[in-house]
Amino acid sequence: MISCILRTKHKIVVAFLLALTVSFGANAQGASEQADVAAKGVEPGATQGAAAAGDAAAADPAVIDAGAALFKNNCAVCHSAGSDVIVGPGLQGVTDRHSDAWLHKWIHNSQALIQSGDAEAVAIYEKFNKQAMPSFPFTDDEISSILAYLESGQGASTSAAVPTTVGGVPGTEPGENIGTDAIGAIGPYLDIVLVVLIVVLIVLVVTLLLITSLLKNYLNKNRQLNEYDNEVVNQRFDFSKIYKSTPVRVLVGLIFIVVLLDLGWDSLMGIGVSQGYKPTQPIAFSHKIHAGDNQINCNYCHTTVYKSKSASIPSVNICMNCHSQIKTESPEIQKIYRAVERNEPIQWVRIHNLPDLAYFNHSQHTQVGGIECQTCHGPIQEMDVVYQYSPLTMGWCINCHRETPLNTKGNAYYDNLVKLHDMGSSGAFTVASNGGTECAKCHY
Amino acid sequence: MQDRIKYWKGIEELENAPEFEKHAHNEFPEFLPVSESNAEGTPATGKTHRRDFLKLLGFSMAAVSLASCEAPVRKAIPYLNKPVDVEPGVPNWYASTFFQNGDYNSILVKTQVGRPIKIEPNNLSSLTSYGTSPRAQASLLGLYDNNRLRYPLIKNNEADWTKVDKEIMSRLGKVNGKVAFVSSTIISPSTKQLINEFGSRFANFEHVMYDANSSWGLLSANGGVIPGYDFSKANVIVSIGADFLGSWVAPIPFAKQYIQTRKVSSENPTMSRHYQFETRFSMTGANADVRVPIKPSEEAAVITAIYNAVTGGGSSAASISNAAAVTAAIKELQANRGKALVVAGSNDPGTQAMVTAINRALGAEGTTIDVAAPYYTKQGNDPQMIRLINEMNAGSVGAVLFYNANPVYDHPLSEKVASGIKKVNFTLSFADRVDETAALVEYVLPDNHYLESWNDFEPKKGYLSLSQPAINPIFTTRQMQESLLIWSGSNTDFYEYIRNNWRKVATGDFNEFWEHTVHDGVLENGTSMLLVNTNVAPAAPVIKVIKPTGIEAVLYEKAVGTGDMSNNPWLQEMPDPISKATWGNYVAMPRSMAEEMQVVQGDVLKVTMPNGGVIELPALVQPGQAPGTVAIAVGYGRKLESMPVAIGVGANAYPVATVVDNTVFFTGPVKLEKTDAVIEIAQTQTHHTIMGRLIVQESTLAKYKEEPKSVTEYVRIATHEGPAKPATISLWDDYEYKDHHWGMVVDLNSCIGCNACVISCQAENNIPVVGKAEVLNRREMHWMRIDRYYSSNVDMETKDLGVVERYDKMEDPADNPSVIYQPMFCQHCNHAPCETVCPVAATMHSSEGLNQMAYNRCVGTRYCANNCPYKVRRFNWFAYPNNEKFVNINTTMQTDLGKMVLNPDVVVRARGVMEKCSFCVQRIQLGKLEAKRENRRTKDGEVVTACAQSCPTNALIFGDMLDPESQISKTLAREQGERAFHVLEELNVQPNVTYLTKIRNLA
Repeated sequence: MISCILRTKHKIVVAFLLALTVSFGANAQGASEQADVAAKGVEPGATQGAAAAGDAAAADPAVIDAGAALFKNNCAVCHSAGSDVIVGPGLQGVTDRHSDAWLHKWIHNSQALIQSGDAEAVAIYEKFNKQAMPSFPFTDDEISSILAYLESGQGASTSAAVPTTVGGVPGTEPGENIGTDAIGAIGPYLDIVLVVLIVVLIVLVVTLLLITSLLKNYLNKNRQLNEYDNEVVNQRFDFSKIYKSTPVRVLVGLIFIVVLLDLGWDSLMGIGVSQGYKPTQPIAFSHKIHAGDNQINCNYCHTTVYKSKSASIPSVNICMNCHSQIKTESPEIQKIYRAVERNEPIQWVRIHNLPDLAYFNHSQHTQVGGIECQTCHGPIQEMDVVYQYSPLTMGWCINCHRETPLNTKGNAYYDNLVKLHDMGSSGAFTVASNGGTECAKCHY
Repeated sequence: MQDRIKYWKGIEELENAPEFEKHAHNEFPEFLPVSESNAEGTPATGKTHRRDFLKLLGFSMAAVSLASCEAPVRKAIPYLNKPVDVEPGVPNWYASTFFQNGDYNSILVKTQVGRPIKIEPNNLSSLTSYGTSPRAQASLLGLYDNNRLRYPLIKNNEADWTKVDKEIMSRLGKVNGKVAFVSSTIISPSTKQLINEFGSRFANFEHVMYDANSSWGLLSANGGVIPGYDFSKANVIVSIGADFLGSWVAPIPFAKQYIQTRKVSSENPTMSRHYQFETRFSMTGANADVRVPIKPSEEAAVITAIYNAVTGGGSSAASISNAAAVTAAIKELQANRGKALVVAGSNDPGTQAMVTAINRALGAEGTTIDVAAPYYTKQGNDPQMIRLINEMNAGSVGAVLFYNANPVYDHPLSEKVASGIKKVNFTLSFADRVDETAALVEYVLPDNHYLESWNDFEPKKGYLSLSQPAINPIFTTRQMQESLLIWSGSNTDFYEYIRNNWRKVATGDFNEFWEHTVHDGVLENGTSMLLVNTNVAPAAPVIKVIKPTGIEAVLYEKAVGTGDMSNNPWLQEMPDPISKATWGNYVAMPRSMAEEMQVVQGDVLKVTMPNGGVIELPALVQPGQAPGTVAIAVGYGRKLESMPVAIGVGANAYPVATVVDNTVFFTGPVKLEKTDAVIEIAQTQTHHTIMGRLIVQESTLAKYKEEPKSVTEYVRIATHEGPAKPATISLWDDYEYKDHHWGMVVDLNSCIGCNACVISCQAENNIPVVGKAEVLNRREMHWMRIDRYYSSNVDMETKDLGVVERYDKMEDPADNPSVIYQPMFCQHCNHAPCETVCPVAATMHSSEGLNQMAYNRCVGTRYCANNCPYKVRRFNWFAYPNNEKFVNINTTMQTDLGKMVLNPDVVVRARGVMEKCSFCVQRIQLGKLEAKRENRRTKDGEVVTACAQSCPTNALIFGDMLDPESQISKTLAREQGERAFHVLEELNVQPNVTYLTKIRNLA
């Protein structure tokens, strides 16, 4: 019990420090393209509208944007838009090298094309170490939009590494990062005000002390003091009087009780909060290597994070996309192979456990809200072993809902609401002001 | 007008029995035992001692603090190889078809990570596009039924399929005598063709179809098919004992057609007039404009009178108690030739032949009867089945295979079936569990559930549909058709077989056609595939007059149907549309008979059936039951280990059915004898009382046509400035809705009382089943109920009578009351009384007009339920999940298999919290999210509650009242001041649910 309390206390201190750091550093954390991607939609089908314009509008920026989003989420793991080879070839100028129809076939099902004996296909297959490219169920319009994006050369200027996001902090304009900006907006000012106040107070105290001693000196030197006055002016400070006095004792006692109560309260509030939970996983998977060093987009493995309530734990076939070739000798990777051989799924330990009574939807936050993964999951790109970064308490949720302005830009759902809000209030249009703190938004 | 109609929910309220009055004012009846050992007797002496209390306190404190330090490790297990189209958290929908005993529904199956969790109507089907039947909704539970067979049985021993196949193929080769394939009605073209092909290798093969609730009379009068009734074209509908909205032939398609003639608006104030002559009070009778209780033996007289009148063969007045109604019906039929329809429930071929002749004479063929598109949902051939039973007993049958058939239970000659089976050398059943028939056969080869199977259907000529598997078979079961294919030595599976069969009706590229059809679930291009035996000699229009002996009993289907859904707790607890009784059957008798026999409700009666068998059932006094008759539901009295939910529930009334001239009649003479025992009937009807308030409103079509604004009574509050609308005098500030304002409109004219919404709500919102004992304790958990009010319009019935007779008549309003249905659920009041009394603010208002309930904040004071004027809040008196007490009752929350049906988007509530209708807030949230993801506003019809979606008559309209283009806004704008009213408007709670006054087309 005691250790439990101590541990929680410790955690709270750490959390407090972290929170401080975050609030100071919030402005430095620029927005990533992920928010951008999220806002535009990443799933196949989301681009249909844009791509429907057809080939005639190939240069249509909307089509290119849609293609860019698709490319980043589906292709960029293995291909660069430039000329460098990652797993597969760089795709700069691919539309010149191959015909449109051929590319459509290849993207839909490269294996079928290879098996049909297509010379071009077989040549590529051989050239890139017989590494099979997975099939993609895109519509023709979607493929055209990807090709339009490649043709536009927009992606080619960036370096070979995938220009994402995960943890990467490419310089973008501040203000785009809706989530953290809001928390940071008042933070630094508050701290500065506090510091200034403290300095002012110290100066005040020192000044007062100086004045007292000046006055005392003046009185002693320049005035004839009677006995009574002398006693008052030159009285000695008696500490025993202080700690013997009832009010002081009562005060100290009260403070002691309050501190005890606070400790007790904190420890009780910590029950069920598993912030920092860092279980050992069956496979020592490192997010640092994948998301940090290799810059793989979160969405590549957590495939449903933009479209479902669950972000989903990747299935083994996603691991095998790369690990059928990469690091095949590693004992950790061998565990994946064993899972495949035994036909048994890998039993990961769940880290983020919300109670059943709370409903949480990833896509609401990622795609609609434009929130970064890191806002809740912390610096995941630096975690060798993932731990629970946020407390996941209701207070934590509500706080963010109260402070975060809604991501209403370009979303017709909110148009009228923003107008109504601006008429009635000058404050930010936060999640809470749109009813985001009501019970049945999360509890049903 | 309203003050002349007296509404009452049950006899006890009508008579104001002292026992009833005592508890009427209490939300929670205090006479109830508080300890758990309630219904079974043994009053608990349960006093808790101080020491025990302290021990318990200490223990729980220790347990809580221990448990709080370490959270249990939870696993997250992804797919090994994720299927392309399955995304965790995103439901997939598959078009499919539910068909059972005539109940046909084209459906959509909602699956979450491969588990079917909800059934919804398929709007692409023109037959059942509005909604589903309650049974279709509840059929989901059959999939997760723990009592299904998990493997094939040979002589009651577990076997594997290879062994089964080997044995059966060798045995079938050596069959000596006739091979009979016995099934209920099959409307699958491919299955029928396959059975014929399978049979062609035997020298003597017969496919016998029979239906427990037989329509043979109708079939034999119409050349082996059921006429293509189209109620939507009828101005006058006369039904003689046909419960066409509930259980007759094809209830859901009929309900859709029927309701089109019953929806009114001030622009189009026309309605059909519906006469119902019937014995028991059926749901169809409850919807009729004129309902006349008659004995089964009087049906002949009514039909003869109509026949004589419309065919001009002389007009003899019917010699029944209420001849005036018959005369009125005849008059209207004659005035509406070409727009009239007569249907009869009788199974007598002669009677049905007369009905056919009547319809022909009325010019119904080509108008209200689509001759080109008959129904195939009932094909059971009674004489053929009875002949087979005799052949089995004579020993001339060498092999018999039962598919979807359980004649040992549901055939009136069940004893002969049982003795016949023993004389057949090779017996086999494809039952999904060891039912009464399967228990007697050698091989039980469990069939897949329909949600695990490919199949095709043709319920009506030219209307094809498909079913596709929404889940892999859970157990090692095998579809019957697969077995037949294997035994025929075929290499194709049934999927390929159906595909090949459908090439006949395909247009264009077959693969494309097939993908498209599987996606849509239906094909309605007029092509037909089903082979139907139309070689039936039409019966002569001569009525077989059955001389009544003693008390005439009629059988009928209650919630569980003919009995194949007896193990379904959702249906067991579904209140009957009329009696509001759950869990079990009973003898429904008129009040006159009850008085005569000195029987009160719940008294156990000994019922001696025509075959000499005796069953004991409680009596239920049923207003509107024809004098001198009783009604008993079939489908109960199961004693099978494989149906634990149904054990001890009711008694088997099938032997009441009689066989006359090789036709099964669902009526028979019974003898009743009162015993001293008492079995309480778990009715939900009087649990929430009216207290004489103006709750439900109705008027007549004549009045509506004259002045639409006169049909609804609006309560006004007296102020010093004169009468004022309640809403104008308010203590509270109004809410301001900016985003959405959700609301519902309930059209009382459209609600037929079928309960599909109740079951749909139960499935969507993880509502527990509480069992008979707890229903008796008034603790049912349904968030939605359909209130059934009886009423008797004293003025209408008595205007021709003298003073003395009028008073006399007024004493018996229970003889033939009218019925009005009112779906009741949380009204989501804008000034909700529940919100103001909650001490912990667990229930409060949302910015979208919802009355929210936060379960995890509720501490269970139940103040809110006490303060709710609509009595729609439900309290979790028990922990229903993982509770041994409810193991065979609340099956969806006990075992891993059962729990698969739970909706993952809705929490399962804990003990001690209040719950209620949430307007399906999970669907609202999802609908809004979808819109936000696509950068647009929500579209009308996109966000629909479960109840509104499954309503087969579109009686419920849900939507955003802030969207001026939504259906609900338009309806409200149109009906304001005419039919739209709030229940208990004078309380000024300002509900977001609006009702539309019921209009009756009284004669």
